[in-house]
This record gives sequence, structure tokens and C-alpha cells, in this order.
Amino acid sequence: MTDKQSDGIYHDVASPFCGIASDDLVVEVNGNTVTVKENGDPVTRHGFETPLTDLSPRIKGKEVSLDEAVSHIAGLLKNSKQPLIGGMGTDLNGARAAMALADISRATIDSQFSDAAFRNILVLQDTGYMTTTLTEVRNRVDVLLVVGTDIEAAFPRFFERVIWPKESMFDQDVESREIIYLGKKPSGDASTSPGGRKAEVIECDDADLPEVISVLRALSNERTIQAETVGGIAVSKLNEIAEKLHTAHYSVITWSGSQLNHDHAEVTIQNICEMIKEINDSVRCNGLPLGGKEGDTTVNAVSSWQSGYPMRTSFSRNMPDYDPYINRGQRMLDEGEVDVLLWVSSFNTEGTPPKTDATTIVLGRSGMTFDQEPEVFIPVGVPGIDHVGRTFRCDSAVSLPLKKLRDSGLPSTYDVLTAVEQAL
Amino acid sequence: MLTKLTGGRVIDPEHGINDVVRDIYIRDGRIVDAPSDGKIDEEIDVRGKIIMSGAIDMHTHIGGGKVNIARTMLPEDHAESLIERTELMRSGCGHAAPSTLTTGYRYAEMGYTAGFEPAVLPINARQAHMEMHDTPIIDKGGYAMLGSDDFLLRMMAANADQDAINNYVAWILTHTQALGLKVVNPGGINAFKFNQRKLDLDEKNTFYDVSPREILQRLSRAVTELGVPHPLHVHGCNLGVPGNKDTTLDTIQGIEGLPMHLTHIQFHSYGTEGDFKFSSGAAEIAEAINRNKNITVDVGQILFGQTVTASGDNMRQFAGAPHAHPNKWVCMDIECDAGCGVVPFKYKDQSFVNALQWMIGLETFLMVDDPWRIFLTTDHPNGAPFTSYPHLIKLLMDKSFRNDMLSTLHPEAQKATHLASIDREYSLYDIATMTRAGAARLLGLADRGHLGVGAAADITVYRDQPDREKMFSSPDYVFKDGNMVVKNGELVKISWGTTHVVKPHYDASIEKSLKSYFDKYHTVKMGNFKISDDEIVDDGRGSLTVQPLKQGGKL
Repeated sequence: MTDKQSDGIYHDVASPFCGIASDDLVVEVNGNTVTVKENGDPVTRHGFETPLTDLSPRIKGKEVSLDEAVSHIAGLLKNSKQPLIGGMGTDLNGARAAMALADISRATIDSQFSDAAFRNILVLQDTGYMTTTLTEVRNRVDVLLVVGTDIEAAFPRFFERVIWPKESMFDQDVESREIIYLGKKPSGDASTSPGGRKAEVIECDDADLPEVISVLRALSNERTIQAETVGGIAVSKLNEIAEKLHTAHYSVITWSGSQLNHDHAEVTIQNICEMIKEINDSVRCNGLPLGGKEGDTTVNAVSSWQSGYPMRTSFSRNMPDYDPYINRGQRMLDEGEVDVLLWVSSFNTEGTPPKTDATTIVLGRSGMTFDQEPEVFIPVGVPGIDHVGRTFRCDSAVSLPLKKLRDSGLPSTYDVLTAVEQAL
Repeated sequence: MLTKLTGGRVIDPEHGINDVVRDIYIRDGRIVDAPSDGKIDEEIDVRGKIIMSGAIDMHTHIGGGKVNIARTMLPEDHAESLIERTELMRSGCGHAAPSTLTTGYRYAEMGYTAGFEPAVLPINARQAHMEMHDTPIIDKGGYAMLGSDDFLLRMMAANADQDAINNYVAWILTHTQALGLKVVNPGGINAFKFNQRKLDLDEKNTFYDVSPREILQRLSRAVTELGVPHPLHVHGCNLGVPGNKDTTLDTIQGIEGLPMHLTHIQFHSYGTEGDFKFSSGAAEIAEAINRNKNITVDVGQILFGQTVTASGDNMRQFAGAPHAHPNKWVCMDIECDAGCGVVPFKYKDQSFVNALQWMIGLETFLMVDDPWRIFLTTDHPNGAPFTSYPHLIKLLMDKSFRNDMLSTLHPEAQKATHLASIDREYSLYDIATMTRAGAARLLGLADRGHLGVGAAADITVYRDQPDREKMFSSPDYVFKDGNMVVKNGELVKISWGTTHVVKPHYDASIEKSLKSYFDKYHTVKMGNFKISDDEIVDDGRGSLTVQPLKQGGKL
């Protein structure tokens, strides 16, 4: 199933390390060394090229066999009064196994990315939204409004792949696409058109975004605004944006939940989403929430189809109970409610568990280092490097197959968690 | 191991057997002849009980992006119907948008052994299969959705010949691992992206200059010429629009005798008469179905209460969004491929429109003569959750129950229907035809839907009870591939069903234009779009069953 051609070269490799999941990477594999040869960027190079170090599980810092580690974990879970499965940096089958384990061990399950993901999920559960996906944007967008997000810092290839293709399907002059930043300014020039036209940047502090978006929505609804400036932005400037959204054929408003970091950012996102619905009474306009790296979208999708609920679901009553506040993993740890933390982070050595007094089990990427050695550490394979897998992209509509690039011998998260489940 | 079911009253319409006492023998998952030496390992006394093959739901939204959006957006609905974990079963949730695990368990407990997801967006097919993979016991499969995808519309705008379109359809069916082909609001989902808000049968997409009628003809011809057993599965234009019965009648005429399945026909059978400018078109539609033998339908019956509507038809879902209950909804444009819309909805018996929708569905069931050409669905969850099937069966089988229900509905709606005067009551044989033999034949499932020797031993055993709702809610035994999975209405074993697909041959030259299309316009590579057989088998629980094409299928 691999597209390995010769000398360890793989084509059309998909990256799980970034939410837009570019799948045109060319990767060279030499033993256990992986190098992105073409179409790489800082995020994907870091993701693929992090070297392999640890190969053995440890209990209290001492090397043990995988079987010993698995039965130790099973013992800890069996005696736990309130386990928490956290991190959740994994792929489809890792997420499936984590859900099965949460169900049998009466654990609560949450992801390391939930604070950001829930800024969108809460909107979905309260009022919903109108959204689009990357290929639609690539072919249709004429006005792109970026709210409070420096896209290229987190999604380095977004503009190249989605906004500035050589041609669009519908006879649009790609060069004519208009990019407007509202809030943060971009950190580089990725948003500049191939012909050299720079994005319009209308800066304000993140803290002012709730007010700025409220006024933009009011203007979009042709309400009269008495103020002349909001968050340091001239209301007339916001009015120009509103007019552009109403005259565009297919405008897109994008944001990243993780970069909208102000208190109750979900309300700002909700205002954006309600404005989009209102604009659609006359012309087409869509949202494009960016995010979803390292299994973020995947684990919420799997959790929803297996339990009905996304992350932040507890199985302590022997059935799924969902509460985005009570079941927030970090809150539970902070308040000392958790006795065993099982942390899954198979993509990123930096995705280490939070500091806690709870007994900590880590299924982590090889090379992970800890301030405090966990009770159990099992280096697990990276989906898309050490074993095949599947991952969802930020737009939730598309999932991609991940290739196995090398034979490191590391077990997958699925292997380990399924073994633990069976031991229970 | 040989199991004998002794003395049951067999109803097997595929073989014309109606309530005949027969013994059934099961070995290695199949129905077999009586052993010549008379030796059996296990005997189950089913004397006096009704035996049918396992039921098949040929149109149920059980997997894929829009269903999962519905799940995520409805925590308050789940909270009313949480399912506890048992020794055997995983926990989950039921009702409008049940979890995949609960879906499989509930279907099996009702005697269903297969369910087919009818709206598989090709680009989202991987997810649909992931969810179906996590749906236990029942067999499954999907219909790939085309008709608003830009690749097809570009071909049609360029006046591609039919062989090229057949080739593309075959490629899509093969690489999305689908059993059939569906079209939803033909061309309409695409037109909505160009800000068109409605698309009648002969109205052109403003960019492509292609009409829904042409799309239906092209796709129906492709399915027929490829020899795919299931006719083109059509969710027509103008869903839910008063007066759409005329569009539906035109659609039936416009297909010019080619096989076509019109799905959730209830939502497409509306007139504009009366004070409310909303009336039943069921009589005319049923007459057209009776007359045109190339047409099959499923009903999409509505039943009262809270549910959620999930559809690929974002043009019509956007139009319906103001009726969302609770007031939240999602519409999506998806990947130059299709779209989706998810709108929660509460059908109310004291609403004129909802009451009449209920009546239109039942009128259709009762006025279409041939149970081989009409199928029992609620378009789960759009008209009602699939768990309401036993109630629906009772409405069909019991006239006095039906009329009692009718008399409680919106009084003006009661005046607008002749339902009370329809005497027809479905027989058990009719129900078995509609939910077993007919469905299997319609989908081309050679070894399902009947109890002949060689068939898969998917068998349901009911206690004959006058209350048909009780009877169909809780069979005494259900066998899936020969394993007893339900006993006395309770699950006793968890198994994993197969995924039914077709694999029509295609000329590999199509990949040249597809690869260039993916490279130029898409954000996914052609190779990564394809779903491998390994992905269906996955962790070993899954399997593929390739159904044969009709004889004479070409390419």
C-alpha cells in the first residue's frame, strides 16, 4: 500500500502534524531516519524528522518488557477510583482503543487540545454554523477574512495550498483574491499574492475582538453604530469589510480556536458564525475553523460516534456523561480528583503530561523527556511513520490514510491500549 | 455444528412460502439441507413461532460526517437515553442520533441484520466506513453520492460520452467501497455553491448549464449499463416544497423507463391545495408508481417527536433551517464533491403540516400495490429514529389502531385525507417482502433476505402476537450468520457483520484525467482518496463481500 519507489523514497505522504494535513510530501527513509525531501515546512519537518531514541518501556525509570508495562497499567487502572485518559494525541485506531478502555475502566476522557477545540464545539452545540472545506476554498474564495489568527505560524502551507493555487476550477482570477486580517497581523508574507499584493491588515488586541466582531456583525446587519472607533479600529473600516462580505460571491471567514485565546472566545466565534448565517440570506459566505493537528479532530470524531459525545466525557457511571466544564481534564487534575492519569501523546515529544500528583502513565513519542519520570512510560509508534493509520483534517470532512515508513518495532497506541483493555 | 430450528411457521417471499411449517437447518453460518443421517447438534423448538430472514434497512443514516455532526450537536437528546455498559455491550446513547455501538445492538434486537447508509459522499466515504466498522452485528454498505460533484458536471458540460461517465461511476463505486449509487438534489448542492436557491428538474446550473433531468438520465444509464444491481437511488429535486409532487411525477416520466429508486418519497409528494396551501399528492404519486414498473420507492415515514434531519441536500436544509428545533443547525459545502445540512426537528401531531406528512406517508404505503417495489423506512433519523419501525409496522397492519391514531391529529389535517377510509392492512407476508426479500433483491444481495438452502443464516424468530408493535420490537431469537445473537429479546452475543460492495470494472485510462483533476484542483491526492480493502478489514473485525453484477453489465 505504500508508494515507496526506490531507495526509501515515499511519495504522496500525508502529514498528521498539521491540521490541513498536506498529503503531497516526499519523504526519504534511511533505516530509522526520516527526512522530508519535498513540500516540507517547519511543522512537518519537525514532525517527521524527530529522531528515534527510546525503544523500551519503563516502570519508575527502569526498563521493562512491554508485557510487564501493560500488566502494571492494568493493575493501576483496576485500583483507580478516578482515572483520566488525557493527551489523546493519536490516530483513528488509537482513539478507538482509548474509548474502549475508558468505557471499561470508567475513566474520563479529554484531549490536550480541548480548550481550543471546544471554542468551536460549544458553538456547534448551541447554535451551529455554516462551514466549508479546503478544496472548496481553494477553488471558490474571493474574499478571505482572517480573524485573530496568524495562520502561517501554525499552518505554514495554508496559503500556498489553499489560497494561491495556479488556477481555480471556476475561471476565477486567483490573483484577484482579497485577504483581510482582522486582529493579529501575519508573521510572514505567505498571504501575499503571487503577483505581490499584500493582505490588508486591520490590527487590534485579542481582548478587543469580542467588541470588534460584535460591531462588524451589527454593521453587516445594517445597524447604525454611534461609536466612531472600536478597539482602535475606525467603524468605517469595519463597514468596508461588511460591504465586501455582502458583495463577494464566496467569502470565507477563518480563525483558529487555539489562537483566539481570550476569555469566552466561543462567544466571539458564535458571533462570527451567526453573522455568516445572516449573510447567507443573500450571498454565499462560509466559516473555516482551522485546528485539528495531531489527532485533535480525529479523537473528537471517534468519541462522538462511539459515545454520542466529544471529548470531556466521563464513564464513571458506567455510561457516557458529558460535561465540558466538569470533565475538563486539567480542572480535574488541579482539584486533585484524579488518581491515575493515562496520557497519550504519540505525535510530539513536547506533548508531555501536565505536572500532577496523580500516578502518571505515558504512551509517548520516543524521545520524550520528563521533569518528573512517570510511573510508566511506553514509547509508542508515530501514526504515519511507524505504523499505518488514519487522521482527520481540520475541516472534519476529509480523513487521510497514513503510511508506515519504517520498521521501528515500536507498538502502536492501539496495540498497547487494547492489550491493557484485555488485561482488565 | 448443525442447528435445527424445529417447527416454525416460515414466511419466505423470495420462495413464495407463506406461513408454512418447516424445519430450518444451519451449519457454518449458512442455511443447509436436512442432514441425510438425521444427526443434529442443537435443536431449538420454535413451534408456533414466525420465522423470517433477518430484516434489511435499505436506507438508514448510520455513518458518515453528517450523522456525526448530528451526534455532536445534540448532547441534550443523548442525555435522555443513555445506555449502560454491560458484560457484553459497550455503553452509548440512543434515540435520534445513536452511537454506532448502540445502533448495531438495537437493530439486532429488533431482528434487523443489515443496514445501508444511503448518502456516502465520496470524499467522506472513509469516515462512513469507519463508523460502520464500529457498528456491531449488522451487515452494512453504502451508496456513493454523485451528481453535484464538479468532476461529473465538468464531464457533462463537456458533453462526455456515456462510456466515459460509466467509467467514472465504476471508479467511484470501486474506490469508495460502495454498493450502489445515489444522487441527492441532482446538481442542486453544486448550484447552491453558486448561490442558486432552488433547482427544478429542468433548471440549469448557472455555471455548467446542466439540468437535474440530464444528471438523472446520465447516472441512471451508467448504473444500468455497468450492471450494478441497485438502481440509481434518487433523492429528488425540491424536497419538502409544497407542490413538489409535480416535480416527482416529471422525474418518473423523465427517466424514460430506466430503473430508478425514489427515496423518502413522502417528502416529495406534496400538493398545494387547501387553506394551508399544503396537500397530499400521495394518490397521484402512488398511481404513477403502480403504472411505472421501473420505479421503486421507500417511504421516509414521519412519526411524531424529536429527531434530527441530516441530509446531503444543503440547499433544502438551509431553506428548512428556520424550522430547526432546538434552534441550531449546520450547513456545509464539501470539497467540490457535495455538501450536507443537519437540522434538528420536532414533528408535532397538532401541526397541520406534520400531521399531513404522517398521513401522506401512510397513504403511500397503502396505495402502492406491489410490496416488492416499496420499502419500509423513516429515512432514519430524518422522519423518525429507526427504533420506531415496530410502531410503523403496527400502523400498516392494524387499521383500527391506525384510525385511532389518526383521530388524535390536527383536525384540519384529518379532513384533508382519505386515510380513514383505506381498508388495506399489510399481512406478515407483505412485511416480510418489504423488509426482507424485496430489499435484498433491490440491492442485489444474492444470499440475504431469504431462507433458501445456501442463504446466509440471518434469521429472525418472532412470537406471533396480535400487538404487532410488541411482536416486532422484540423477537425471540435472532441469528446472524448462524450465530444466535438475540435470545428472548436480549443480546447474547456480539458479532461483526460484513460490508457489501460492488466492484464494477473500469478502464484505467480514467485515472489519467482524474489524477490531473486531483493535482490541479484538490487538496487530496488521488491515491489518498482511494479506500483500500485493508481499511475495510481494518483490525480484523471487518470483511468485504463483493456482490455480483447483473448479467450483461458492461465495461
